[in-house]
Amino acid sequence: MSISHAPPNAPDPDISRISKSESGEAARADATDLDLQPVVPASARNLPVPRWLRRTTGPILLLALWQLLSATGVLTPDVLASPGRIAQVGWDLISDGSLPSAMGTSLRRVALGLLFGTSAGTGLALVSGLFRIGEDVVDAPVQMLRTVPFVGLIPLFIIWFGIGEAPKIAIITLGVTFPLYLNVYAGIRGVDSQLIEAGESLGLSRWGLVRHVVLPGALPGALTGLRYSLGIAWLALVFAEQVNADSGIGFLMVQARDFLQTDVIVVCLIVYAFLGLLADFVVRSLERVLLQWRPTFTGR
Amino acid sequence: MATDVHRPVTPATTRAVHVEGLTRSFDGRTVIDGLRLDIAPGEFVALLGRSGCGKSTLLRILAGLDRDIQGTALVPRRRAVAFQAPRLMPWKKVWRNVLLGLPGRPERNVAEQALDEVGLGHRVDAWPRTLSGGEAQRASLARALVREPDLLLLDEPFGALDALTRIKAQRLVGELWQRRGCAVLLVTHDVEEAVLLADRVLVMDDGRIAHEQHIDVDRPREITDPRFAALRAGLLERLGVNTAAEAA
Repeated sequence: MSISHAPPNAPDPDISRISKSESGEAARADATDLDLQPVVPASARNLPVPRWLRRTTGPILLLALWQLLSATGVLTPDVLASPGRIAQVGWDLISDGSLPSAMGTSLRRVALGLLFGTSAGTGLALVSGLFRIGEDVVDAPVQMLRTVPFVGLIPLFIIWFGIGEAPKIAIITLGVTFPLYLNVYAGIRGVDSQLIEAGESLGLSRWGLVRHVVLPGALPGALTGLRYSLGIAWLALVFAEQVNADSGIGFLMVQARDFLQTDVIVVCLIVYAFLGLLADFVVRSLERVLLQWRPTFTGR
Repeated sequence: MATDVHRPVTPATTRAVHVEGLTRSFDGRTVIDGLRLDIAPGEFVALLGRSGCGKSTLLRILAGLDRDIQGTALVPRRRAVAFQAPRLMPWKKVWRNVLLGLPGRPERNVAEQALDEVGLGHRVDAWPRTLSGGEAQRASLARALVREPDLLLLDEPFGALDALTRIKAQRLVGELWQRRGCAVLLVTHDVEEAVLLADRVLVMDDGRIAHEQHIDVDRPREITDPRFAALRAGLLERLGVNTAAEAA
């Protein structure tokens, strides 16, 4: 036994412990004999299973359960088709070209609706955000129109625009315009007045202030608005395509409903979900590029 | 009353700033009341005063940011401001911030030179929000100096800095002023800072210049100088701070 804390001039280091426990020195030496336990590093306890595998386990188990219920006949095909069947139908729809062409039609509608909607929303927001007179003229009517549920306008739009592409695109446009307007407007009005003053003191012109201070400052709000708008664009698409459509994903779904093809309906829902994810990815990438100055932005 | 604002000073006059009968009221409350002030070219003037005495308002008027005034205020066409907060545009890299608002299409190396001058040459490409407080304030100074101002307006530029950074920043401003030779108006509430840097210290009270003190101590000045302590005590008394009580 070694006692590291024994004083250098200790008379006899080898005396018995009992006699030594009288002094504080010996008590400290005894402390080293406590029952020590190793602290196990957190990483050592982890199972050697990669995270992505663990994260996919849940969905895969759910799929397996679904397949099991379908195979045992608890879930009948007219309630919900089995996953295997859905994969088969999805592949068939892709290979006979009906799904790609429907997707093309739907994407075109969303793209056009987004284009018109973002132009209108941003344009109106710029007018009312940048000019006081613009605010007086534009903001009140826009706030009034905003409260009208745009889906309720479908009958009116069909009367106005017929049953072609125009009413569908108009519905998407309307749905996209307002969230974008609100966010861009709030973004412009939320720009730090201290920065605007600094810009003025640097001799920026009115247009220079808008370009270098106001618009970049409104960009985070505008991108939030764009995200909302994309979500609403898909929603509006679903509504628009289920009324009087003769092409597009919504049309495929309506047709499938008439023939009780739950497999086709699920395939279409998956396509919607996939397109939504894709749109979100696009906005995220935009934010990554345009908002890299923000320290709150931690993605990389 | 004649309102003659921001006319360029002709070379014949020997004043960088001429203010006469300047009045500014906020909703009937007069903050600046018939103020008179002249600053010579190349002069370093510090403006002291209790908070709310109108010293920042005066600076904003001279900067051209506040135009609801009566009276005469003549300032040079080329003037620059450094605020208490650096007020850098967070969406522009440091060097673009420095060049912001310069006429024409200035080259990047113009910004690099200015940033080198304030010792920030290594952060040219940084985003403003990644700068420390002192670095951001120096970038703000570079942005002011790159305009080659005849009048530099400093609105408590060291107020938000920690004590050590403040000493460095004060020294830097002193050096830059001696090199550039522009007139400086420093608004501050720090008496020591005023005495350390300025040729002339003004105390503002009730919307007027209530007291004027020339500082004849040689540069570089040391806080340990006995004249320094006397000047400091005198100014503090003017500001209504009882130095005897403070010392006790």
